[in-house]
Amino acid sequence: MKRQTLQWVFSLLGAIILLFILAPVLGLLFSSSPLKLFETAKDPEVKNSIMLTLGTSMGGTLLFALAAVPFSWILARYRFPLKKLVTAIIDLPVVIPHSAAGIAVLGFISRDTWLGKASTAAGFNFVGHPAGIMIAMAFVSLPYLINAARDGFISVPERLEKAALTLGASPVRVFFTISLPLAWKNILSGLILMFARGMSEFGAVVIIAYHPMITPVLIYERFTSFGLKYAQPVSVIFILVVLVFFMMIRLLLSSSKKN
Amino acid sequence: MLKLTGINKDLRGFCIKDISFTVEDGDYFILLGPSGAGKSILLETIAGLLRSDSGTIELGGRDITKLPIQQRKVGLVFQDHAIFPHMKVRKNLAYALHGHPHEEIKNKIEGLSAKLGIEDLLERYPSSLSGGELQRVALARTLIQEPEILLLDEPLASMDSRLKTEIRVLLRQIHRGGQTIMHVTHDYEEALSLGNRIAVMDHGSILQYGTPDEVFHHPRNGFVAHFIGIRNFIPAKIKMYGGLPFAETREGIKIRLGSGQENLEGFVMIRGEDIVLSAAALDSSASNVFEGKVEEVIETPNGFDICVDAGEKLHSLITGISRDKLGIREGMQIWLNFKATAVKFIEE
Repeated sequence: MKRQTLQWVFSLLGAIILLFILAPVLGLLFSSSPLKLFETAKDPEVKNSIMLTLGTSMGGTLLFALAAVPFSWILARYRFPLKKLVTAIIDLPVVIPHSAAGIAVLGFISRDTWLGKASTAAGFNFVGHPAGIMIAMAFVSLPYLINAARDGFISVPERLEKAALTLGASPVRVFFTISLPLAWKNILSGLILMFARGMSEFGAVVIIAYHPMITPVLIYERFTSFGLKYAQPVSVIFILVVLVFFMMIRLLLSSSKKN
Repeated sequence: MLKLTGINKDLRGFCIKDISFTVEDGDYFILLGPSGAGKSILLETIAGLLRSDSGTIELGGRDITKLPIQQRKVGLVFQDHAIFPHMKVRKNLAYALHGHPHEEIKNKIEGLSAKLGIEDLLERYPSSLSGGELQRVALARTLIQEPEILLLDEPLASMDSRLKTEIRVLLRQIHRGGQTIMHVTHDYEEALSLGNRIAVMDHGSILQYGTPDEVFHHPRNGFVAHFIGIRNFIPAKIKMYGGLPFAETREGIKIRLGSGQENLEGFVMIRGEDIVLSAAALDSSASNVFEGKVEEVIETPNGFDICVDAGEKLHSLITGISRDKLGIREGMQIWLNFKATAVKFIEE
């Protein structure tokens, strides 16, 4: 086969893949009338679920980042015994089926565990609580942040950190003035990935908390209780919100890069 | 004063063994050796990037062997400069002055950047700077903390000769300002032109330590001699023949000496420039005349290095014009002539 023919065949395959992704999404977008969408957008149940979804995912991402980012630096800089095992553990949530992950997390935070008892003593219960949703979301999405941040720190030449040390800076100052700013791009894309992944989680969350309802659960509920026609507008709204959100982040990023 | 006593470090196969020397205040100390000799390990051990396995390092009377890097007051300039790419030059320079009064930082940056000729670069990002500019910025960033000793890791490597000269002038100027410097290099010409103390290092050990004069005129062994550019350095023993002193090499070649004591063992050293090549035996004042076969013709920056096998391999340095005049090529027979007074005998 000629090189050019090959190019055409491969491009055609690519077009099929693109169509495969776009067709259902476009079909969904045009499935509901603008009026129906408008009504759905005003529905407090929908609004609350979207706010809850964005809030828990964002909160979980930022909260867990406080520990995950420094941990990624350790992973990037040091060799230690069983490092391969540690890396495999980090990737575990990616390969565990998400409903099973939900069951695992539930077994860890339910009322009769020590964590559950501690939270009961503090006056709340993880199960059926936004805190529980955050944990479920973080559980399945953490690997994305850790891996991205680790790659970011690896890409920072260690000599720059050493040079900073020879200039009299403390290790903490070196981390905040050299390592973190230079790895920032990767960390940020890790944060966005983790945030997006957490937001789209259904399997793990639904086991921890059916109520309060995050949007993926709401979509599922409308579908099983009322049917496809009722699930479609919520899905459209959710997709639009997510798209607008990511476009905003992208814009912010590209403008900060220019500065 | 920097004082190393019995420093050992084993770094997965690369190691340095029992290193002891002193760099006095105001010295320009050169650590000379081939790549893989352990020079960088030694430098990083002094800076604290590596911890020595044993031995002590003292700087200005303090024992810094176990001090963390940031408390050592050692200024290390990395071979690739390691300028922080996300900060402007000004911020790079200010990095070591964290916590100092604003006015002081400003004054110091301005004073030093004028001295190093980088005033115009202060508001620029490192990615827009040339190699020479980066080197100046790296020096300024390190000097601003007024280190007790300035450690330079191959500062002139990978520079063209014009830039080399420029940075050399700058380094001399910094040294004249009273800065103690320890400079690591594999280039003996660099060592000669800058250092007032030289240590030659190979395989993790210091082979010789002294002034440039001592090292270059009395190399302690064949490695040192070869490394500092002396091609003719041959083990020999002094024998008397007819009342005259000769250095007899292992191959049995007898080289006439100006003077010497019988049975002394050591090396004969002849500068390549002192060996005259001729197409036939010369009738001249040269008392050493050998015939040999041209083994190799090597082009050097200043002409040609002609290696002749006359029982021992001897190197003669000649110009391109001389080479053309004699029509020297590999495999031809040629005569070597040199005076007894050009032969130096170094006792072992």
